[in-house]
Amino acid sequence: MDNSDTLHDILLSDRPLSLEHCRDFVSHPSCGGLCFFVGTIRDVNLGETVTHLEFEAYAPMAVKEMRKIAVAARDRFGLHAVALHHRTGDLAIGDTAVIVAVSSKHRKPAFEGCEFVIDELKKHVPIWKKEFRPDGSHWLNARP
Amino acid sequence: MVELAYATMRIQCFGVAREIAGGSSITLDQVEGATVADLRQRLVATYPAFGELVSFAIARNEEYARDEEQIMAGDELVIIPPVAGG
Repeated sequence: MDNSDTLHDILLSDRPLSLEHCRDFVSHPSCGGLCFFVGTIRDVNLGETVTHLEFEAYAPMAVKEMRKIAVAARDRFGLHAVALHHRTGDLAIGDTAVIVAVSSKHRKPAFEGCEFVIDELKKHVPIWKKEFRPDGSHWLNARP
Repeated sequence: MVELAYATMRIQCFGVAREIAGGSSITLDQVEGATVADLRQRLVATYPAFGELVSFAIARNEEYARDEEQIMAGDELVIIPPVAGG
């Protein structure tokens, strides 16, 4: 599900993600600032032990929404390139769930653009995660 | 899959919606011509647990649908419970 557009790299995959791939994608001789966000699975949520997470996506729409965010981030912050990769399937503690990589001439737009991408992803992209604890499981954010 | 002979539509479910529906889709009749708001009401009436969610949206042909949009034959409809990516 790679994007053919040369300045966005969008991936939704059930395979491990590669930070190196994302770095290589956004690197450019004119860019002095690369910024990355790597989201990993942590072992505690709201004080409860977490054993693992399961990610599910409505894939065709998720990829579309991820692409819209990458385009918006490039327009808004004048970024050179954006890579946005997200996992699906079962993830263990410490696994990488998401990678955002952006590049720009200088650091400020890179920091701001990177934060924008992960914030927007969390708001709009149809991906869900089920949290497993020793005493059961539930879909995050679903119920008040 | 041609479904023209039937007046029913299939609505796909993911995440907590799949648990509420008890499967990966819900089939409803008389959805064609209704608005997205009508569909949301129908879903809550049929499965009250949808009303207990923080929120839920409807995707129509892979885009978030507005309440006033009218559902057409052949639309791809998906229930989007609160997202939790990242």
